[in-house]
Amino acid sequence: MNWFEAALRWLSYVLILLGAAFALTAALGIVRFPDTLSRMHAATKPQVVGLILILLGAAIQLRGHGNVWMLVLVGLFTLLTAPAVAHLIGRTAYREQRGRDGLLVINELGDDGEE
Amino acid sequence: MTIVAIVAAVLLVSAAALTAYRVLAGPSTLDRVVGIDSLVAITASGLAVWAAFSNDGTVLPGIVALALVGFLGSAAVTRYRVRDDR
Repeated sequence: MNWFEAALRWLSYVLILLGAAFALTAALGIVRFPDTLSRMHAATKPQVVGLILILLGAAIQLRGHGNVWMLVLVGLFTLLTAPAVAHLIGRTAYREQRGRDGLLVINELGDDGEE
Repeated sequence: MTIVAIVAAVLLVSAAALTAYRVLAGPSTLDRVVGIDSLVAITASGLAVWAAFSNDGTVLPGIVALALVGFLGSAAVTRYRVRDDR
């Protein structure tokens, strides 16, 4: 089973590198995007994907340890809490920064429909 | 193995540096909250990479605590912050 171990190791390397690349992409988006809503988009989706890829790679590397299940727990917490934080930030940012009303086709939080 | 660890570390550190620029320069508090949230995720990723390449599971409870505390911090700051004067 030596080839199997080697294949698992290379799979975890690829997952870790891919996750780190996703984290760098998210950071580039956070720096380059123009307003808070698009920055929040960059900070939630690619960031969570990168974190989960890295957790998968680390779990493959650390198989056999007693507390690898904590990595699964971290992934579940992140999947639960990232949408909650994004929702809070998006709602507050929408209320305070009304610069994007012309871009929205359907404006379900709009006050009176006419500006 | 060492090369993969170094490349992953360089990617994560540059991501953290870019995010720290947004945290320092962000025009509103919400941008800083977004940056801090992302920084917590990058830190958790870095700890997981370190645990993977040192083959040591000691920091895994720390990653769990970091994920929970980061969520609490972001939610609390977004909820109870003072509105920016712009």
